Amino acid sequence: MSDSDTRHVEQLASQEYKYGFVSDIDQELFSPGLDENTVRAISAKKGEPEWMLEWRLRAFRHWLTMEEPHWPKADYPPIDYQQIVYFAAPKSASERPKSLDEVDPELLAIYNKLGIPLQEQEVLAGVAVDAVLDSVSVATTFREKLSELGIIFCSMSEAIREHPELVRKYLGSVVPYTDNFFATLNSAVFSDGSFVYVPKGVRCPMELSTYFRINAANTGQFERTLIVADEGAYVSYLEGCTAPMRDENQLHAAVVELVALDEATIKYSTVQNWYPGDEQGRGGIYNFVTKRGKAHRKAKISWTQVETGSAITWKYPSCVLLGDESVGEFYSVALTSKRQQADTGTKMIHVGRNTRSTIISKGISALEGQNTYRGLVKVAPGAENARNFSQCDSMLIGDRCGAHTFPYIDVANPTAIVEHEATTSKIGEDQIFYCQQRGIPVEDAVSMIVSGFCKEVFQELPMEFAVEAQKLLGISLENSVG
Amino acid sequence: MLEIRDLHAAVEGHEILRGIDLSVAAGEVHAIMGPNGSGKSTLAQVLAGRETFEVTRGEILFEGESLLDRSPEERAQLGIFLAFQYPVEIPGVQNLYFLRTAVNALRKARGEEELDPASFMRLVREKAKLVDLDEKLLKRAVNDGFSGGEKKRNEILQMAVLEPKLCILDETDSGLDIDALRTVARGVNALRSPERAMIVVTHYQRLLDYIEPDRVHVLSDGRIVRSGGKDLALELEKSGYGWIEGRAAGAGS
Repeated sequence: MSDSDTRHVEQLASQEYKYGFVSDIDQELFSPGLDENTVRAISAKKGEPEWMLEWRLRAFRHWLTMEEPHWPKADYPPIDYQQIVYFAAPKSASERPKSLDEVDPELLAIYNKLGIPLQEQEVLAGVAVDAVLDSVSVATTFREKLSELGIIFCSMSEAIREHPELVRKYLGSVVPYTDNFFATLNSAVFSDGSFVYVPKGVRCPMELSTYFRINAANTGQFERTLIVADEGAYVSYLEGCTAPMRDENQLHAAVVELVALDEATIKYSTVQNWYPGDEQGRGGIYNFVTKRGKAHRKAKISWTQVETGSAITWKYPSCVLLGDESVGEFYSVALTSKRQQADTGTKMIHVGRNTRSTIISKGISALEGQNTYRGLVKVAPGAENARNFSQCDSMLIGDRCGAHTFPYIDVANPTAIVEHEATTSKIGEDQIFYCQQRGIPVEDAVSMIVSGFCKEVFQELPMEFAVEAQKLLGISLENSVG
Repeated sequence: MLEIRDLHAAVEGHEILRGIDLSVAAGEVHAIMGPNGSGKSTLAQVLAGRETFEVTRGEILFEGESLLDRSPEERAQLGIFLAFQYPVEIPGVQNLYFLRTAVNALRKARGEEELDPASFMRLVREKAKLVDLDEKLLKRAVNDGFSGGEKKRNEILQMAVLEPKLCILDETDSGLDIDALRTVARGVNALRSPERAMIVVTHYQRLLDYIEPDRVHVLSDGRIVRSGGKDLALELEKSGYGWIEGRAAGAGS
């Protein structure tokens, strides 16, 4: 790109984060710090049964023996875990509203600012929303309709109280509390999240959606999500989020576990747009997430993610293809701009016979963004006829950003076929000029070219999410193409 | 319509256009001919506003207004269209979507309403017939995997749909067989009108058998060294460019 283009586009970068506002909802805050008493207090606050507290405490004690890992390609100052507030909930949470009329108007106003009015969503999109503001679910919709089919869609806190047998059976069954430093921390202090159970043979008739939002300064959010699709069931789940602008870095260490029993399908889509920090790299979310699914016989797990936010993204939504003929998919768009860093990819662990996996990763780097694809394809000795296809494409915008690809392939069965393709391209000055010559302004041209680059991933998203994802990409690029 | 005065342009300090004077009136078709490296394509790109080239001296007036401070998209919005010598591929962006984005960008700039999808489709279908472009190509990504002939026809389709005032065709004949050349020329001729001007940049005379110019200019070493009627093209066909290259020894690259 020519200098003047670069300058022009960098001017656009001065535009501020659109969702950077702070709301005044009264927060119940714990004081910062973490010890066993914090864990007990969280559990007590949520009225949890003894077994849940015990599980948290086991996780906490194990966490004390662990060291924070530093292997990703990302630089950040040390995290002081004693400076983090481990629980924040809007006050209205102790008395859950029975309908939207009872929801804090201030809270509803936030959703309106975000362009996701619940009322409209109920009517227009047919989406059941379990909206999470900070750590407690505040509004859940369409639950009656779902419960007619035996589908449970509620907050994790509620599931622990109302469906302990399911939670005890599956919580930690995919990501054990000993799994890794951040997952273990999450297991000890998780605040809330979503729980979904779809019974045998039931096809969930609507997209289940949760909007996450980090809203309190210095409050690490530790979401815990568990989705179980029983035999032959189908569910599509959408996770999307924005966060207000804050100066401090906010740690987000979520855990998502998916269990797809025989012949079940889980489709999990994410649009992530947390505050990425300013041009100097100040502020912004640390998004250190563990996401994993276990696919039983003939089951299918499909991850689709569009990651445009956060100062640091560190996550590998993975599939353990346990059962014969199970299928794993990973479709990803990761965009890094300003000083954003992303180290993301997937792990496909082939255990069963005739298992198949597909990885499509699109990394876009602009300004000083650093984008790393890191992926593992592992074929166990017993995984006869495993198949994997991986395609990792990187696009560079400007000459100060970086793209890196680390594919790990570990094959222990000679019948496996593993294919890997990777490309790196610069967004072409000739492409932009071509669009301009047809009357299309630079920022629209860049947005269009990048959307085209990401098309294979966008087409995996549910319709309403695909539109939102394109918009987010457009906004992020307006801010950061250089 | 177009008035070029003493135009000088350089890339990375190397001067390529060394004083071009040219005036093109509405309704006229001008051919720019010349050997490789004479500056033909540079002239086309400078008119369209490509920033790779720096205009170091002179002036370009379009309908009386200077173009030099205008961005490529502003020039397009004024009605200047460049049919590219090497049309660019944009993977993942549907040809139709691209065209509709362009149409609506131009309409917006003119203060007009967006064209509704049905009217747009009608317009495109009608124009696609003009250049014999397979409708399947409309659904494919822009120029992605198109043959050379398909790319050139796609350029003319865009030109027909966008209805510019000034069409600049940069070596539109290169890489075309005779049938494709006829089809493209038919499309171009259908767009000739008293309100529209055309600049046809070409190395060979054969395109001008099909698109008959009003004026022919011979470019050499960044200057117009001869101008004349359409007979000049035929003369060049017979004698080649040798006489020019001899005259401007050491020029071009």
